[in-house]
Amino acid sequence: MTMNGAEALVGALEEEGVDVMFGYPGGVVLPIYDAIMDSKQLDHILVRHEQGATHAADGYARVTGRPGVVLVTSGPGATNTVTGIANAHMDSIPMVVFTGQVATHVIGTDAFQESDITGITLPITKHNYLVKDVRELPEVVKEAFHVATTGRPGPVLVDLPVDVAKGAIDFRYPEQVNLPGYRPTYKGHAKQVKQAADLLMRAKKPLLYAGGGVLSSGAWKELKELAELMQLPVTTTMMGKGAFPEEHHLYIGMPGMHGAKYTNYAITETDLLFAVGVRFDDRVTGKLASFATKSKVVHIDIDPAEIGKNRPVDVPIVGDAKHVLGAVVDELRKRSAEPRTEKWMRVIDDWRDRFPLHYPEGEGDEVMPEHVVERINALTRDRDTVIATEVGQNQMWACQYYRLQNPRRWASSGGLGTMGFGLPAAIGAQAGLKDSLVVDIAGDGSFQMVSQELATARVHDLPVKVVILNNGYLGMVRQWQELFYDRRYSQSVLGQDVPDFVKLAEAYDCLGLRVTSPEQLDGALTAAFEHEGPAVVDCRVTREENVFPMVAPGGSIDEMLGGIPGGPVSEMLDDELLEEVWE
Amino acid sequence: MTGTTRHTLSVLVENKPGVLQRVSGLFARRGFNIDSLAVGPTEDPNLSRMTIVVHAENTPLEQISKQLHKLVNIIKIQDLDPADMVDRELVLFKVNAPAAVRAELIELANIFRARIIDVGRNSLTIEATGTTDKLQAMEDLLRGYGIRELARTGKIALARGSKENG
Repeated sequence: MTMNGAEALVGALEEEGVDVMFGYPGGVVLPIYDAIMDSKQLDHILVRHEQGATHAADGYARVTGRPGVVLVTSGPGATNTVTGIANAHMDSIPMVVFTGQVATHVIGTDAFQESDITGITLPITKHNYLVKDVRELPEVVKEAFHVATTGRPGPVLVDLPVDVAKGAIDFRYPEQVNLPGYRPTYKGHAKQVKQAADLLMRAKKPLLYAGGGVLSSGAWKELKELAELMQLPVTTTMMGKGAFPEEHHLYIGMPGMHGAKYTNYAITETDLLFAVGVRFDDRVTGKLASFATKSKVVHIDIDPAEIGKNRPVDVPIVGDAKHVLGAVVDELRKRSAEPRTEKWMRVIDDWRDRFPLHYPEGEGDEVMPEHVVERINALTRDRDTVIATEVGQNQMWACQYYRLQNPRRWASSGGLGTMGFGLPAAIGAQAGLKDSLVVDIAGDGSFQMVSQELATARVHDLPVKVVILNNGYLGMVRQWQELFYDRRYSQSVLGQDVPDFVKLAEAYDCLGLRVTSPEQLDGALTAAFEHEGPAVVDCRVTREENVFPMVAPGGSIDEMLGGIPGGPVSEMLDDELLEEVWE
Repeated sequence: MTGTTRHTLSVLVENKPGVLQRVSGLFARRGFNIDSLAVGPTEDPNLSRMTIVVHAENTPLEQISKQLHKLVNIIKIQDLDPADMVDRELVLFKVNAPAAVRAELIELANIFRARIIDVGRNSLTIEATGTTDKLQAMEDLLRGYGIRELARTGKIALARGSKENG
């Protein structure tokens, strides 16, 4: 069927099953914007800034498991997507970004709104394309979705010159891709799987260390089976939050810089670190030289380059987490493997009793930020809830005090640490899950980077709830300045009163509520969660609360500042319970 | 081969725009050291071969190779065994050549199986091919006469015939 490139693109997106895209029009994408008006399948969410489009697509992908799709114009439209693309790249989120480009015959002449977006995004995309001939378009779109969603997922950018969008094409969508250099490995090597099972059967103090790969692979059922079969304690990274139910007795918290002490003690003492879909990030490992030094390591990842990158591995298994965990469970079942971690779990439980997460009680009307997160948790635990976060203290408190029970209900910027991610990600998540409650746990600094997206939420009837832990500081920056820069608060003071977040919410025709004492908290949160539209709750929290415990940058993870006093794990080993296990 | 940390990678890539940029960009942003990179078409017009000499001192070769493999346009990577490969490089030397030393220089070129490809009033331009070591030896000798300009292609290499898998 003959049509123009823009219509072919819409046809291709429909073939890919795309139901919603996030974007912003402009000169060179007008042919495409014209074509999408006629699509019955494609919904388009008009954001207020292109960065919001990429973060929204990212949030959509995290909660649905389907690729997020973005459409923007050339030049500034394209460059505004860069942060969102980098964010998705760091966190391995599947996304396909379509950017307009000036006509092929003027590329390279510094034409109006020209930018070399394929050059700019080369290091932050899994792959990218500049389509120079409309006849390549169907094949390129097919490849873009294939590359974005298979293997280790990631963002793919497709740059479309305006003459390509207008060019005539006899459209036929290809059924297969031809990528001789791209063949991800899904099935783990049988011998390696057996070795992993051997180690699991021999280990006295094993520990499952699960990350975002479990979520992208959809391997949470297999993870739980393995944990329960062998009674393995499980720690999930920030990216893996929700991969294992946090109220489960085998769940032992998040590792690393702001992990609980008992989690970091367990990692330091384990004799088998069974790592799945993680990348031994520095925020998890702290000082690598003292990270899990008593441990053998099994590392399962679909990206071979992650295996052995930061930490030498005893049993490397390249493959998809779902396939490999399934194979390990089968192997253990075949051997009638029995759990042998009862004493090890008692040690961890003892640490858990002695060194729980802890925060001081507020005095008088003080609202403690940790308490706000605990109340959000209590008020949402019985309904399908997505938690998005901004970046900074708000994010770490959300990690520590929100006990997520379900996979793919978490949208937080991991590797890049992007302030301003939470609100647009929440909007994207809500667009993907219309019936879920979507809550953005925000900081006042991050929220201000993207607050214009309240308009998007309101106009598109995406009733996200923003709960601002408003301390009037760039809280994490202030915390580091307090701890490591002699309390010199250089440029981290924002003030709690400007802007007035209640009025700001109202300006966007959203519900705005303020909380200034603990008594008001439940009422305000409930009102926001029950409200049919978007809502903003401005929680005036105590201003100089720190996220504890904390591993100093570059320190060993068992030596933590703050929290319940307790030294490095070597000093925690002298009680009788431990000696029993250590025999 | 000088030192054990230097490797010659023969990399088969799809002949598409931007592939060279993808490869060189990867080396730059991951902090991998590159000694030389030569690229050209192969017997198959859809494919190009890059010969990359890398310095795997701070980064293990395995990590370099795995990261390269992640580039969608890369088909195949071989770490060539120095004992089982043939490699060549081409160099052009423009050397000071007053009449008094011309004969000497021509003799030297002959010894290295090099050719004089341009003659100026006070200079000779010599073309030489060979292994990196041979060309280095020649450069060291010519330095005494005064090298005005020098250009080299970077190494290209193939596995020897006995290893017919590439």
